[in-house]
Amino acid sequence: MPFLEAVRLALQTIRVQKLKSFFTLTGVMIGVMFLIAVVSIVEGMADYVENDFAVSIIGTNTFTVRRYPNFQDVSDEEWRRLQRRPRLYAPAAAVVREALPSATYRTAMVNESFLPAAVPGLRPRSVQAVATEASYFDIKDYEIAQGRAFNAQEVALGAKVLVVGSEVASYYYAGLDPIGRELRVTGIPYTIIGVIEAQGSVFGFSLDRLAVAPITSPLSRALRPRGDVEEVVVQAPTREAILDGQEIVRGALRAFRGLSPGEEDDFSIASSDAALSFLDELKGKLVLFGTALPAIGLIVGALVIMNIMLVAVAERTREIGIRKALGARRRDIIAQFLVEASTLSILGAMIGAGLGIGLAQLIAAVTPLPASVAPWSLVAALVVGAGVGITAGIYPASRAARLDPITALRQE
Amino acid sequence: MSTAAEREAVTSAVGAAPDRDWVIVTRGIKREYDMGGEIIRALRGVDIAVKRNEYVAIMGPSGSGKSTLMNIVGCLDTPNAGEYWLNGQLVSAMQDDALARVRNKEIGFVFQTFNLLPRATALANVELPLVYAGVPAAERKRRATEALEKVQLGQRMHHKPNELSGGQRQRVAIARALVNDPSILLADEPTGNLDSQTSEEIMRVFEHLANTGQTVIMVTHEPDIAAHARRVVVLRDGTMASDETQAQFVARLGIHAPQL
Ligand SMILES: Nc1ncnc2c1ncn2[C@@H]1O[C@H](COP(=O)(O)OP(=O)(O)OP(=O)(O)O)[C@@H](O)[C@H]1O
Ligand SMILES: [Mg+2]
Repeated sequence: MPFLEAVRLALQTIRVQKLKSFFTLTGVMIGVMFLIAVVSIVEGMADYVENDFAVSIIGTNTFTVRRYPNFQDVSDEEWRRLQRRPRLYAPAAAVVREALPSATYRTAMVNESFLPAAVPGLRPRSVQAVATEASYFDIKDYEIAQGRAFNAQEVALGAKVLVVGSEVASYYYAGLDPIGRELRVTGIPYTIIGVIEAQGSVFGFSLDRLAVAPITSPLSRALRPRGDVEEVVVQAPTREAILDGQEIVRGALRAFRGLSPGEEDDFSIASSDAALSFLDELKGKLVLFGTALPAIGLIVGALVIMNIMLVAVAERTREIGIRKALGARRRDIIAQFLVEASTLSILGAMIGAGLGIGLAQLIAAVTPLPASVAPWSLVAALVVGAGVGITAGIYPASRAARLDPITALRQE
Repeated sequence: MSTAAEREAVTSAVGAAPDRDWVIVTRGIKREYDMGGEIIRALRGVDIAVKRNEYVAIMGPSGSGKSTLMNIVGCLDTPNAGEYWLNGQLVSAMQDDALARVRNKEIGFVFQTFNLLPRATALANVELPLVYAGVPAAERKRRATEALEKVQLGQRMHHKPNELSGGQRQRVAIARALVNDPSILLADEPTGNLDSQTSEEIMRVFEHLANTGQTVIMVTHEPDIAAHARRVVVLRDGTMASDETQAQFVARLGIHAPQL
């Protein structure tokens, strides 16, 4: 039987068996739709985490030198041991800076915490106060929207100047030019010299409530009364250069602290790389989860379709018997069902893909979840959806096609 | 018409291909059904030989194996033992696809229950064997129309089976059986579901086919119907009980050969 004949026959059957066709189509459609929608949302979140979240919270290609590790669960005993470590002061930070090639690595001392800020006549609010060096703006890749960042000279002088986040500017000086105006942090007046371009928020946490001052200003004392440095942030030129930088810093600090080879470090080097690989893992889990769910949906859909097809073939066994009695070969019967199942499945998969993209966009529009349609998910959904439908259509048909014509004809 | 001696000679020459005059030769055909341990012997060794242009009726009590034999002769079923030669080809040794080809080219089968595709028009039903023969659409349509006109259904081509009477349905089935010019027309109780007047109509179609050289074998319960054939074979318990000419048959039963 020529191929065109099989197509004609299949289309005819689809038209005649509307209900069955509808179920097959819908099964594949729904599976594909959810696969694409869920993968899009997951991919969108992963993209977001990698490009926005990681960069804004952690910084690109950075590591930090600290007295003891950040974010870590430790036992009481371990904690007491960590407490015996010497504090980090400016001379140690200088050792870090001087050990690294200055052409490629950037460093900045950073003290950071929430502190109350006020202007007369307005309720005080807490801002994310940062005392640091001028290089901090480059490391964080902050764009200055208004005014300017402070410079090395102002850091050397301990100038009481502030570069603030956009939310700080708009809260204290709504509708006014904030540049040159005053903001009191812990009661000490600072002059606003710049506003950082809006960063947005990450999972509901605003990134625009910053107030950045030189590390030599009184803000630093307010943050760390003992005058030590919370951390030194180091930015490597590439992700690969992070490890080299860490080794250089480790060697220099050990020498500075006079540690003998047997002693362990009395400082901590924390890599954003660790955080990034954690994020990678998180992303992997998200994608896996986001793929497993619709995959299960598709498998269930496949079983449903297969069942529908089995019933349809049982009903159509007589037809298969008649066709075989009149000279249809096994492959003619299979071709007929194959084209029928493919047409329905591919159509279903395509409609499902369209709806899936729409659904992803809709979710992105009405919820805070981001969505980005990954091309691979489109391909995968189409292939899987169509494959499922075709397999489900072919298996029962090939079973029926094996029957003797007389056995098939006897079936009621 | 074949003689008893010729038939005896051709059916006993086991393993030898019969010459082209013989459309059908079976030698020791057996068909058994295993019904959960109990073996039902539907055919216990049937030797039957049919020459070109013969018109044969097969009779016998219910359960004697008539349908089983017809299905094997029609290549819808395969025997457990014995040889079946169709037009000099050893069909009993053929596999699935080869059998499909034989069914398509050599055999026209008419069923008691018509077996038309319910959702297809008369024309589409008659076109089916041509579809599987790979005949192009335009020629298919022409030949199917011609076949339907031969059974006086030229006016009903675009009707679906449920819009046709029993006799008309059976004529569609006959047109479908003949559209590929088969070497043999097989009919298993073609009038079994029809009233006597409609049965006579169908018999006239068969008579005409036989007179124009078509080889026909039909199964029937009714002596009146069997009396149309030139030769009557009787099966009993899966073996051949008698093989008579039309004259012998009507004489034995004391009926008249039908006047058409
Ligand atoms: N598919 C089957 N499975 C089991 N037994 C069967 C099958 N088909 C036929 N038989 C048995 O084989 C024997 C012959 O059946 P067959 O249908 O050939 O008889 P028949 O002569 O055509 O009868 P009828 O006049 O009632 O149509 C019967 O005993 C029947 O029960
Ligand atoms: Mg029967």
